[in-house]
Amino acid sequence: MYPENYRYTKEHEWILVEGGTGTVGITDHAQQELGDIVYVDLPKVGAHIEQGKSLGSVESVKAVSDVYCPVSGEIAEVNPALADKPEILNTDPHGAAWLVKLTLSAPAEVEGLMSAADYQTYIGAEK
Amino acid sequence: MLAVCGVSSAEELFAHLPEAVRLPRPLALAPGISEYEIVQYFRDRAAENANGYASFLGAGVYNHYRPVLVDTVVSRGEFLTSYTPYQAEISQGTLTTIFEFQTMICQLTGMDVANASMYDGSTAVPEAAMMAVRATGKGRVLVARSLHPEYREVLRTYAKNQGMPVEEFGFLPEAGTIDLEDLERKMDDLTAAVIVQSPNFFGIVDQVKAAAEIAHKRGALLVVIFTEAVSLGLLEPPAEADIVAGELQSFAISPSYGGPYAGLIATKEKYIRQVPGRLVGQSVDSRGNRAFCLTLATREQHIRREKATSNICTNQALIALMATVFMTVYGKEGLRELALQNLAKAHYLAGKVKPRFTGAFFNEFVARIDGKPPDELNKKLLKKKIIGGLPLGRFYPELADSVLLCATEMTKRSDMDLLAEVAQ
Amino acid sequence: MIDKVTAHLSQNERLIFERSSPGKKAYQLPELDVPAVDPAEALGAGNVRTAIEGFPEVSEVEAIRHFTRLSTWNYAIDYGMYPLGSCTMKYNPRINELVARIEGLAWAHPYQPESLAQGAMEVMARVEAALAEITGMDAVTLQPAAGAHGELTGILLIRALLQKRGNPRKKILIPDSAHGTNPATAAIAGYAVENIKSSATGVLDVGALEQLVTEDVAALMVTNPNTLGVFEENIAQAAEILHKKGAMLYMDGANMNALVGIARPGDFGVDVMHLNLHKTFSTPHGGGGPGAGPVAVKKILEPFLPTPRLRRAGKKWAFDYKRKHTIGRVKAFYGNFGVLVRALAYVLAHGGPGLRNATVDAVLNAVYIRKQLEPYFDLPYSQPNMHEVVFSDARQAKLGVRTGDIAKRLIDYGFHPYTVSFPLIVHGALMIEPTETESKQEIDQFIAAMISIAKEVESDPQLVKTAPHGTRTSRVDEVLAARKPVLRWKPA
Repeated sequence: MYPENYRYTKEHEWILVEGGTGTVGITDHAQQELGDIVYVDLPKVGAHIEQGKSLGSVESVKAVSDVYCPVSGEIAEVNPALADKPEILNTDPHGAAWLVKLTLSAPAEVEGLMSAADYQTYIGAEK
Repeated sequence: MLAVCGVSSAEELFAHLPEAVRLPRPLALAPGISEYEIVQYFRDRAAENANGYASFLGAGVYNHYRPVLVDTVVSRGEFLTSYTPYQAEISQGTLTTIFEFQTMICQLTGMDVANASMYDGSTAVPEAAMMAVRATGKGRVLVARSLHPEYREVLRTYAKNQGMPVEEFGFLPEAGTIDLEDLERKMDDLTAAVIVQSPNFFGIVDQVKAAAEIAHKRGALLVVIFTEAVSLGLLEPPAEADIVAGELQSFAISPSYGGPYAGLIATKEKYIRQVPGRLVGQSVDSRGNRAFCLTLATREQHIRREKATSNICTNQALIALMATVFMTVYGKEGLRELALQNLAKAHYLAGKVKPRFTGAFFNEFVARIDGKPPDELNKKLLKKKIIGGLPLGRFYPELADSVLLCATEMTKRSDMDLLAEVAQ
Repeated sequence: MIDKVTAHLSQNERLIFERSSPGKKAYQLPELDVPAVDPAEALGAGNVRTAIEGFPEVSEVEAIRHFTRLSTWNYAIDYGMYPLGSCTMKYNPRINELVARIEGLAWAHPYQPESLAQGAMEVMARVEAALAEITGMDAVTLQPAAGAHGELTGILLIRALLQKRGNPRKKILIPDSAHGTNPATAAIAGYAVENIKSSATGVLDVGALEQLVTEDVAALMVTNPNTLGVFEENIAQAAEILHKKGAMLYMDGANMNALVGIARPGDFGVDVMHLNLHKTFSTPHGGGGPGAGPVAVKKILEPFLPTPRLRRAGKKWAFDYKRKHTIGRVKAFYGNFGVLVRALAYVLAHGGPGLRNATVDAVLNAVYIRKQLEPYFDLPYSQPNMHEVVFSDARQAKLGVRTGDIAKRLIDYGFHPYTVSFPLIVHGALMIEPTETESKQEIDQFIAAMISIAKEVESDPQLVKTAPHGTRTSRVDEVLAARKPVLRWKPA
């Protein structure tokens, strides 16, 4: 369920680091909590976001959740599919529904994130 | 019931309140009175107001006939005593009428989307300004001096606390339209919005296209305000505007000494998520039938809390319904005919009492009576049971010798002749 | 067994635009008694519109049938109880409607000479005095148009006072149980919001408050009774803590229906508060407005009140526009006068003793409901409740049924739902406020319905989860409405 090669945050974001690029999304747990996603608010390409700061938000009918940046970096790409079809966040949160791609400015920050196993323990405990 | 509650008297239900906070005496208010006495009380108060006077007051609140159907509809208990339509299954009456209202406002203003109403025209102005700030990411606002003075006051109150600088640009002393050079001079790249009223406070159709060019050139939005909704029956809606906001009091809403009224905000499709207040959207129910519901609620205070687009909770549902019924009764042809009558009446008066400004006007204009200061003129008119135009000195010192006269479809020719006579 | 409602035939009706037919009219204007004017000449040809495309064209009969049919699809207080917590859905007396329409009041223009507006000004003065007495405060402004508007006004008043003292400060403390308008208002007023967690018993944690109140805090916004319907027993102490550090206490008056004639906020340390006339004072909700949100203040804040203010000039009323320290205007003209008239009619009808009785009855009704439903629904806090009671759906959630489902099933029993999922500090909240105008019969029917639903949750949870079943319109797809917003009708 939770890809081994991803890293996870306490705020339920995931990041896939490949070289100097990080692909960021929200976890399956997060999309379940939110319910049917209706809208995604994403940053502009070129924006620099610090780790822990909000890079946008995800909306369901009755709730809004900020998405926090797992590793500091500059927005290189924003997923164009989400504007028309925000619902893919519910069906494929770890794949097609990635939110942004970052050019990492502080790759060492990845060290502090959770592994897939740790994340599963974490959400198990949260219940 | 007391037994179920486990007490022997209802007073015991308050026993847990700290003694120190309890009110130790009865309220110092007279005992209740009967229905008849209440009616009598208010009739007596009403008698102390103007009754049976012809009035030439406009200035943001207009005397228009209220079709009888309006009160028939809003007096229905289902509309009057129902709650905000959060439970869509049992609120389709309200939701449908609001959807129709939103549609009619779009048709009237030429915009793509309208909300379910704001408190009034005056508060719609700062809401529009804040929308422009959100949409552009810029912080400054330019506002025409010919926007209703009290609307500008409200804008300032909101702006002061948002750290939103507000600067005014003037109007031309001969034409009464906005001073485009002054606007151009004051314009910069930090401006989020240029706010213009048309017809403006002086009743004059203003330079909306030209203002739009100046605003858009520097990346600002154009906000167009109106206070006399009937004017839209005849005037081209401001297609160049990014946001249209204003007041619907002219549409069967009683003047009622200042309120309650209904404001509106309408805008282009792209700003839909910046719109404050309630929005009704179309959907289907689980049986596949068309149904309406409140939507895009994540903009609002009850979800977004401190990040909301506004703190507004109420819309003016019942008042907006009055406007909806009005627009239905008059309809496509009627609103135009009504506007034509207003135009004719005001221009007849202007034939007898010369307008001070040269700009084209709808149903209001500014006049300066030679040899008669406004207060003196109005005193004479009162003796003839006429309430004259608004003396402008209280808002515009340079116009202290002038009044703002309004004539609507309800203004009688004989009263206009009488006013003209007294003004000689 | 559902005995309050039965399904029956209701009329279908399309949108007014779909009903329209070219040339139909419902209006009639008199003949012009002055010469007609060519609009192109008077306004400039480019400024004249040809037609309002799509505007309705129907006859009077069609118009009346349209709106009447639509109205029958609504629930309303006139049909039955609304147990909505914090909304105070009491009966809307019809006399309010009559007096608000009296010509001299309904047609008064806000700019008519003061000598010809003395009746309107007297009404406003009477309302100010009544509200000041009820709240135990020194001065009242009637200008704000609604509760949230009143909240903004109140916070701006605090800011103005603190500014005058040299430092407007930076943040406002707000309990996590607060209504959403509170933090939204603070943000619009230019303050940062800091949440203060409620204590384990759901009330204000004075210990936590003591820690949080610094010289950076401008005020605490509190609702009393709080959103659990529980009286904030430590409020006087909270006021002292705030005042010692030069901060102020703002009270959201949404729950005044529990206090009128019993306790006055001005007496327990509140500096400024707003009232919701469409809640406590019986003015109609009208499907979502209008309201009125007068703000009452202690003397210290009086100089900052919005302009103009009423003052006595000899034997007459006058408006005072020369107020040096005012925060300015929050709305054009004087306030929602028509709503004030209705509120005054309510006050006159009840009088002092009657207003107190209403409060007592409101609390009695709510406590009665609590006792009857306690065996069936989880009560998260055990303190005495006042005019409203908050349950949680904990028991039912174990069987997969949430508060929202129970609320929808309540519709099948002929009632409007209670307030769902608020306050946020209770997971799966059911917030119930009957008000004083519900009879024992109506309340007993409500209780029976809730108990029946609790039993259905155990025997047939699917029935509850897919409710409502008996309504004209079943559950509306809110996800579709949000994903693909369609906010207006368009011709095919």
